Amino acid sequence: MEGVTHYPIEAQLHWIVLAPLLGFALIGLAGARLGRGAVSLLGPAAPGVAFVYALDALQALRGAPEATVLAEPLWSWLDLGALSVSVGLRVDALAATLALVVTGVGFLIHVYSVGYMGHEPDGSYARYFAFLNLFTFAMLVLVLADNLVVFFVGWEGVGLCSYLLIGFWYRDLANSDAGRKAFVVNRVGDLAFVLGMFVAWRAFGTLDFARLNQEAHDDGGLATLCTLLFFIGATGKSAQLPLHVWLPDAMAGPTPVSALIHAATMVTAGVYMIGRLGGLYAVAPATLAVVAWVGCLTALYAGWVALAQRDIKKVLAWSTISQLGTMFVAMGVGAYASGLFHLVTHAFFKATLFLGAGAVIHGLAGEQDLGRMGGLARRMPVTALCTLLGALALAGVPPLSGFFSKDAILFAVGVSSVPGRSALCLLAWSAAALTGLYVARMMTLAFLGAPRSAAAAHAHEPRGTMAFALLVLAALAAAGGALGLPEAVAHGADRLGAFLAPGWAGAGHGPAAGAGGHAGLLEAERALMLRSGLLGVSVLAVGVLACTAWGGALEALFEADPGLAALRRAALGRFYVDEVYGAAVVRPLVAGSRLLWRVVDVGLVDAVVNGLARLVGLAAVALRPLQGGLLRGYAALLAAATVLLVVWAARGWFR
Amino acid sequence: MMSDHLLSLVTFLPLAAALGVALVERRAEGAIRGLSLLASVATFVLSLGLWAGFDPAAGFQFLEDAEWIAPLGARYHVGVDGLSLVLVLLTTLLSPLALAASWRSVGRAVKEFHVALLVLETAMLGVFVARDLLLFYVFWEAMLIPMYLLIGVWGGPGRFYAALKFFVYTLAGSVCMLVGIVYLYVAKGSVGFDLGQLASGAALGPSEERWLYWAFALAFMVKVPLFPFHTWLPDAHVEAPTAGSVLLAGVLLKMGAYGFLRLALPLFPTAFWCFAPLVAALAIVGVIYGALMALAQEDLKRLIAYSSVSHLGFVMLGIASGDPLAASGGVYQMLNHGVSTGALFLLVGVLYERRHTRLLGDFGGLAAGMPRLATAFLLIALSSIGLPGLNGFAGEFLVLLGTFQVRPLWAATAGLGVVLGAVYMLRCYQRVFHGEVVHEENRGLADLDARELACLAPLGLLTVVMGLFPGRFLAVLDPTVRALVEGGGP
Repeated sequence: MEGVTHYPIEAQLHWIVLAPLLGFALIGLAGARLGRGAVSLLGPAAPGVAFVYALDALQALRGAPEATVLAEPLWSWLDLGALSVSVGLRVDALAATLALVVTGVGFLIHVYSVGYMGHEPDGSYARYFAFLNLFTFAMLVLVLADNLVVFFVGWEGVGLCSYLLIGFWYRDLANSDAGRKAFVVNRVGDLAFVLGMFVAWRAFGTLDFARLNQEAHDDGGLATLCTLLFFIGATGKSAQLPLHVWLPDAMAGPTPVSALIHAATMVTAGVYMIGRLGGLYAVAPATLAVVAWVGCLTALYAGWVALAQRDIKKVLAWSTISQLGTMFVAMGVGAYASGLFHLVTHAFFKATLFLGAGAVIHGLAGEQDLGRMGGLARRMPVTALCTLLGALALAGVPPLSGFFSKDAILFAVGVSSVPGRSALCLLAWSAAALTGLYVARMMTLAFLGAPRSAAAAHAHEPRGTMAFALLVLAALAAAGGALGLPEAVAHGADRLGAFLAPGWAGAGHGPAAGAGGHAGLLEAERALMLRSGLLGVSVLAVGVLACTAWGGALEALFEADPGLAALRRAALGRFYVDEVYGAAVVRPLVAGSRLLWRVVDVGLVDAVVNGLARLVGLAAVALRPLQGGLLRGYAALLAAATVLLVVWAARGWFR
Repeated sequence: MMSDHLLSLVTFLPLAAALGVALVERRAEGAIRGLSLLASVATFVLSLGLWAGFDPAAGFQFLEDAEWIAPLGARYHVGVDGLSLVLVLLTTLLSPLALAASWRSVGRAVKEFHVALLVLETAMLGVFVARDLLLFYVFWEAMLIPMYLLIGVWGGPGRFYAALKFFVYTLAGSVCMLVGIVYLYVAKGSVGFDLGQLASGAALGPSEERWLYWAFALAFMVKVPLFPFHTWLPDAHVEAPTAGSVLLAGVLLKMGAYGFLRLALPLFPTAFWCFAPLVAALAIVGVIYGALMALAQEDLKRLIAYSSVSHLGFVMLGIASGDPLAASGGVYQMLNHGVSTGALFLLVGVLYERRHTRLLGDFGGLAAGMPRLATAFLLIALSSIGLPGLNGFAGEFLVLLGTFQVRPLWAATAGLGVVLGAVYMLRCYQRVFHGEVVHEENRGLADLDARELACLAPLGLLTVVMGLFPGRFLAVLDPTVRALVEGGGP
């Protein structure tokens, strides 16, 4: 396969990762002693500084030839002849895009947190920002890594921060449980990821991203095997079937954490990973097909479940799972740039939605149940407007950001050569339609109608830092599509695609990026945009109508028909996947380990040993007169023997 | 002059201090503690001289060779190569920490305690530096006695049973080894006990070699401990005082793996590789089984003891896989386990001093009142479960990567232990630190004080340094381990 030509340029990249690390170290070590003001400044400053340095890297890239890579080797992790792993940072177009999202959205969410976490006691407030900075650091290590080992440090590092922040309010064991669940489920995926690294090393003799992408070939299916194993890792980190179960529980963490980690950045790491290894995945079409199908099924499944949730954060969590599925569909059909585009717009609009939900929860004194909201548009107009922008973008209403990115993906699926394309197409469109429905339901229940609780009736708007961050993100959610307008709209308008695509040149990526100029395709894309735009608007309208005007009738319908009622219960119960895991894995493991301990360890191994000892003991009865039974006596005897032995041993030496 | 005998100085300084301590007035406990700690710290500082003067490419160094028991041909022959050196350093580092950790917790028979601990240090160091098989055996047996006393005298309520079990178990193994040594001495003719000459001397018959291998291997399997020879370990740990647990887990558990590499492999290479699959199988069983056992425990020390069975399984898998990367990873994992598990036992000791219990159910919600302890415990727990960036990962990664190249299924199966590690460790952490405080006794417990922080800081720092710069340590031990594994490789 023809390799991609990269032009590594030495650059200073370490400040991008060092800034949040220093923030973590300072806030973590000094803690509450820093004072609340200092923490409020330092916390957001860390990702802010990193953002500036990332912008700097972006500028350097834009001024350089296509497919330039900025590289900064740091130190040798280990060098054992056969295996040599170095620690180094690299920034190409892909990494720069992600780094800007992580630091930019990250900065805004840090700012928002100053207000949102304002009620926390000093120590806990400092701990929160220390963890959030640590997360930013780990995520940037992941993004800037130049090989799989460093990448994995970031990969598990963000998982650790996720664990720490989900269980932030650890006094409630349910939160702590949710954190553990996230860590352990991710560990299952990570085991596959590590095995993938072993396969990659065996097949290609390297763990460097650049060399893996350049030298990829699929002799004996090893590339297929290792990309599949990596993808299993991604199903953990990015909450895809069947390892998605941790993400809904992760909503136990503070809402800004859900926005940053469990929507905008960490959970997209799996998508980024496929983009990072685009050249390797390109030689493994079988894996790509699996990626597309798993993503699509996840998108559909999670959309269904989102439709039934009552907790506003759970709706958003399932929506995130569904949208991540959509991104994987894009990666799976080889439309890497479209997948990344959706990653970026999703970071904007989903962060907006979560921060909007956070404002609602904050304004309603902790209430998360949609059933106890209602009429909030009147009480919190700014929040309602911002959330609406995010919601419209999510539902794919033109000309908001999500419309363009989702559209690019639907188009790419249609023109791809993925196995089962027609079915995939149909399912992807269905998932998109479901999005409109659950968005409409959530918005209607929260913001329209009459207040259904005292808290809802007395809700208040967020102020200060919270409002600021929310407004900026809402603007991004609305206008972010401008980054990647399709060729069909204006020639050369897909700036993100044009920026990213050279990095995958020769990787046989799909037509979505840089397919410009083909008249027939452009025509087809225009037609598709019209259809998907209409779909977005109409589904949303139907959804709102269904929830308001026909709400009662629908309720009655669902109650009357036992089949529909069961379906709704199943969707509410996440289709019982957690219960299956509980019965098939968790409980057998816990009970089994206890049983094994009592029966095998104590009952068998130890019993044999003690039995033998008893036999010896019987024999020893004859020798009993030799023993005084005083421990001091033994001690003295043994010590004396040791000393004698040593003196005797040293005899020859001193002669 | 001093550098000529630096290794002997390092080895015997603790013993000399033990004799000194023995002369101190029994009631002068401060002097006893001070002298012991000083000697132990001095030993560590001197051992840094070994590290500084060591050339990884040059084989055995700091050699000293003198006549010892002339009629038998046994010599006082000591020296360190990369493998020995890192274990010497681990020993000299953990010993002062174990002493400092006992500053307040040991109040009974203080003098004897310190003598025992210092004698133990010399014995452990001796095992790692001996180049003469008889000398090795003397030190090997000499270790047993002070450890037996540490458990039996300063241990918990079940100490007699635990100490006896420890003693009998390891003695049974050692007796096998002694028989093997005598047979080997006779069979090899006139080469004496020199390890280098024993390895290269007249060839043994195939069945002879296999029998001898097992005589040694049994002793080492008990020490590791490999499944199913592990049941002495939980009992010993539960009853041992903190210092005993730290050194037992930190150093004594390395003796088995060290014995395999230092004796069983070079002396009986054919038999070693013939039975390596069996050893690897037991190691993998140990990885999974130890983790499952840890999951079922309610006693913190028992839990960590079983986690050691799991971790030492990784070590033995690396050594038995036949891949030099995996073997180096296994040895690195020995150091990592020493650091993390040593620190875990220090932390449990801190908890025990305050609450006089180790049962998970007696804790809960401690994070709020003891943030420093909670943070330290978390760091060490993460190191223990192999979080990338910390030390445990580098070792496990190399073991599994190397093993995967020769036996993919072995590596994949053992990898389950990594998942289970997260399960039992986070469960343990949650039970101790998360939730509301339900027991009144847990309110107002003092957080880590300066002395405790000082004990933990070196280990905490090492988990990070050894995780970020494993190359610095592996460069020292890898040439030795590679030569050992490839010398008689399969």
